[in-house]
Amino acid sequence: MKLAIFGGIYNNYLALEAAIADARARGIDQFYCLGDLGAFGPYPNRVFPLLKEAGVICIQGNYDDSIGNDLDDCQCGYTDPRDNHFAQISYEYTYRNTAPENRRWMRDLPTELRLEADGIRFLFCHGSPRQTNEFLWESTTSTQFLDKLAIDHNADIVLATHTGIHWQRELSDGRRFVNVGVLGRPENDGSTNVWYTIIRTGKDTPKPTGSARWDSTVNNIPIEIDFIPLAYNHQRLAQEMQNEGLPEEFIDTIRNGWWTTCLEVLPSRERLAGKW
Amino acid sequence: MTSPASPGNIPHVELRSLDELWFQVSGTLCNLECTHCFISCSPHNDSFGYLSLETVSQSLEESIRWGVKEYYFTGGEPFLNRDIVPILERTLEFGPATVLTNGIVLQPEWLSRLRDAEQRGKYSLEFRVSIDGPTPEANDPIRGPRTFERAMKGVRLLVEHGFLPIITMARTWDLSEDERILGEFRSVLKEHGCDRPRLKVLPRLQIGAEAGRTEGYGQHDRITPEMMQEFDESQLICNHSRVVTDRGVYVCPILLDAPDARLGETLEDATVNFPLSHGACYTCYQYGAICTNPSASKSSTT
Repeated sequence: MKLAIFGGIYNNYLALEAAIADARARGIDQFYCLGDLGAFGPYPNRVFPLLKEAGVICIQGNYDDSIGNDLDDCQCGYTDPRDNHFAQISYEYTYRNTAPENRRWMRDLPTELRLEADGIRFLFCHGSPRQTNEFLWESTTSTQFLDKLAIDHNADIVLATHTGIHWQRELSDGRRFVNVGVLGRPENDGSTNVWYTIIRTGKDTPKPTGSARWDSTVNNIPIEIDFIPLAYNHQRLAQEMQNEGLPEEFIDTIRNGWWTTCLEVLPSRERLAGKW
Repeated sequence: MTSPASPGNIPHVELRSLDELWFQVSGTLCNLECTHCFISCSPHNDSFGYLSLETVSQSLEESIRWGVKEYYFTGGEPFLNRDIVPILERTLEFGPATVLTNGIVLQPEWLSRLRDAEQRGKYSLEFRVSIDGPTPEANDPIRGPRTFERAMKGVRLLVEHGFLPIITMARTWDLSEDERILGEFRSVLKEHGCDRPRLKVLPRLQIGAEAGRTEGYGQHDRITPEMMQEFDESQLICNHSRVVTDRGVYVCPILLDAPDARLGETLEDATVNFPLSHGACYTCYQYGAICTNPSASKSSTT
């Protein structure tokens, strides 16, 4: 089995288009998205035709729950007034510009999905299997916590997004937690590219190459998980955000790769990796 | 899960999962004697004592099967405990650690060791430094003479060692003053070398010394079963935490002086439901997530 998994899209239809093309070029035609289709970027409705054309199987993030159910805010889980201020600008823009039929579609998305392939049990969720908007940061999430989460939820591989930064941890008995990253904005590392994840199992797993790839097995089935950095037309996105009157702070992030908002919820290690 | 009614009509909270394990690592012993301290810590209050490296290590081992996500260290002043550096070094092998300090007794050699320990592993070490106002005039009447200046030296030392401290302050001012005071804090922290100020405001807890400084809780400052309907229990620390002390395992770091807060000798004993019978439970209910870090935000979706 081989699949591409996308994290939060945040209205970044240009990155989604590029990710689908990139994955297809790598021989992959099965796609999943872990939710948060809206936020941050411009023209929310442009994401939906791309998802439908490529048959991307989506689950509901906190943003999709909010937009789909006409809630007042995005339920992003921020605690700082400045972070909430910017989140609200983005939420109101996205809500206002999402067509009713797309809102309804988001409202009806499942909050998790399960897939069993080559004897490996995958669980797709948004933040964590127990709470849609739970932040599981690499530096503040212990291995025993993730182990218990995977065991309690009967999964070999737990896939999540929500924090905006990709990472993975090997757990007991070959289990794995994987944050697939996001397509919506760069990872606060000074690079403009975004990230998605490719998983190959069983006979689709290439032989180990000795490169940076993670070669391993689950239940004696080979599995390979690759984080893919993706370049896309970020200058065009930034221009379109400007045309739409979105905050300069957001545009700066797209152009320079450093987060300028939503910073207070970061643990110190992830915060120190950024510029602000 | 909330019990609908129990003797006295008190709602009970279930320990949903043990996400945070706290250590009362220096008991109630502190170099300061703050007038708002909810457990009345002082140089002489030894009602709770220091935890040894051995005790903490045993709890860390025990915590694995509970799937503990993060560890927190408090007191008193944790850095009065002579084992605190090896305790934190050991903890970082198990998971992320946060230490709540007044910043005054920190030593450069300790911070160098802790910096190395954090860099060796995969987990964050967070420092939360208590300062109760952006000026000596605001802070010192509460925390003691020259404590503002001495705590700021601690902040500078932490920044020089590559840490990004979270400044925590008890709100001893009116809520409407928050924005002005946080702005002043950001300015003064930048002056002291902290160019990415992280701030956390805590509500006052009207117990311990604070009950004498202002006033204690009224008899109506209690949580009723009706208030728990459709309430997100994960906002309450007793829903996801326990505290190891030298006198057993307690329900939360706030209620140490309450007789019913001691739940048993071991973590296993301490998984029982807890009755929300205290005024401080009402504050926890009102403000939510008052003890954990912003990165562990638990605001729930609908």
